[in-house]
Amino acid sequence: MILRHLLVVFALLIALPAQGEGEAVVAGLSQNRVAITANFDGSEILIFGAVKREEPIPEAPPLEVIVTVSGPSEPVLVRRKARRFGIWVNTDSVLVDAAPSFYAVATTKPLADILRDVEDLRYQISIPRAIRSVGAAMQIRDSANFTDAVIRIRTDKSLYQMLEGQVNLSESTLFNTSVALPSNLIEGAYTTRIFLTRGGTVVDAFDTELEVRKVGLERWVYNLAYDRPLIYGLLSLFIAIVAGWGASAVFRYFLRS
Amino acid sequence: MVMQIYLPIAEISVNAFLLLGLGGLVGILSGMFGVGGGFLMTPLLFFIGIPPAVAVATEANQIVASSFSGVLAHVKRRTVDFRMGTVLLIGGLVGAALGVQLFNTLKSVGQVDLLVKLSYVIFLGIIGGLMFFESLRAIRRSRVTGGAAKRRKHNWVHNLPFKMKFRTSGLYISVIPPLIIGVFVGVLAAIMGVGGGFIMVPAMIYLLGMPTKVVVGTSLFQIIFVTAFTTLLHATTNFTVDMPLAVLLLIGGVVGAQIGTRIGTRLKAEQLRILLAIMVLAVCAKLAFDLLLQPSELYSLGPGGGE
Repeated sequence: MILRHLLVVFALLIALPAQGEGEAVVAGLSQNRVAITANFDGSEILIFGAVKREEPIPEAPPLEVIVTVSGPSEPVLVRRKARRFGIWVNTDSVLVDAAPSFYAVATTKPLADILRDVEDLRYQISIPRAIRSVGAAMQIRDSANFTDAVIRIRTDKSLYQMLEGQVNLSESTLFNTSVALPSNLIEGAYTTRIFLTRGGTVVDAFDTELEVRKVGLERWVYNLAYDRPLIYGLLSLFIAIVAGWGASAVFRYFLRS
Repeated sequence: MVMQIYLPIAEISVNAFLLLGLGGLVGILSGMFGVGGGFLMTPLLFFIGIPPAVAVATEANQIVASSFSGVLAHVKRRTVDFRMGTVLLIGGLVGAALGVQLFNTLKSVGQVDLLVKLSYVIFLGIIGGLMFFESLRAIRRSRVTGGAAKRRKHNWVHNLPFKMKFRTSGLYISVIPPLIIGVFVGVLAAIMGVGGGFIMVPAMIYLLGMPTKVVVGTSLFQIIFVTAFTTLLHATTNFTVDMPLAVLLLIGGVVGAQIGTRIGTRLKAEQLRILLAIMVLAVCAKLAFDLLLQPSELYSLGPGGGE
């Protein structure tokens, strides 16, 4: 399976016309779709690729690879509890403009060593940079605590993953990594980005999309619930009542016999 | 064996057997005490990571099923006061409509969790405490005199207008108190994801003076219609009813309720009441501690797309 993908990459390498300017990345995913079925329990995607170059491999600084996978970005309302009248209640809140619902960063080395801050700011690679929180500073003085909370809570749920040193790079040419998608995924278009860096500067970038969708029964239930809510509600009740009546009838039958 | 199931509306993956087991456990209690079981199930669903809005709406759907099998058992034993049930139901429908409105308003302000938890602590505390001491006294009294406690007391409830005859309960009282109880229970059904039995059962016994025998069946009768209405309101305004979640909970719940109803008929009313009181107080204490102790995570995330 992996071998076949690698062969495809090689075929692409040979077929593509030479661009003659430094290094470029060619990559693929083990799958372009993640189907959320009834027994969906997370999924693992394999990201692999190669560095295309015309000239011999430059000596230094060494080539590094950064891979990011991000889910759809959405605004997040972060609330903080404080003690009021002896009980803990939500008091302050901050609206974070956009935070990816899922975000994983896989690298060949610790991110700080292979990516300069300026480049991080430009490409929004590290987790804090992937979160856009422009208005937060105007809403509250300690807005950083709120964005930290987003990262902390989502990291706990494996929705944000920092996978430093998890990209395998061989001969400064072939690389691969895998990212585990947890079961609590949100539907949508996921973006995979691959960056090549040298001396902390991005040399080339590549991105591709990954579609996460509910399928089958899951799709049907979800669509019905949103498109025909009244019918869905009535159907839910009907199923509930039939099951309730049915199970009690079955139960009584077994008690008698 | 682990069987994960992905819930399409809650958008998380949960163990199917965990849901069946929770349904069964709560179903037994529901059948025993004539309460919907929602006041136990809804917090349990929070604990396993179901979003509160989905838990409340789905629980309403599940209560319909678990109460349906219970009500069938009671109809057969003629322990349902249909007339009283209908009066309670009219109030309940009005209350449910108000409750969903309130729920949606508070959700947009971010205080719905607090309201839900505070309501739990307050109502469970009062009801549990009252029931506990009342049934303790009843047990002590029956030990001393050897006879059953005198049930029917005349209080202010009996001096109100619009009186109606409730033959099954053996009552001739005003329809105002049952209507108000119905509205109140309807509001709670909508905002707390409960059937409201834990409020209605004591209210029927202590306020209306109904015989304990018909209280359970009559409350279940009201509950199925009010929760069905609540389910439809949540499904059409919030899109938060998770059908597969409800089905799994109810398969466990329906079987549990049948077992529970049988256990319930073998226990004495006073014993039943003191057991329910202890359980209500335990849930109350747990929720109160959660509000009083500093949570390990002070921050929480919510969708930011709201108004």
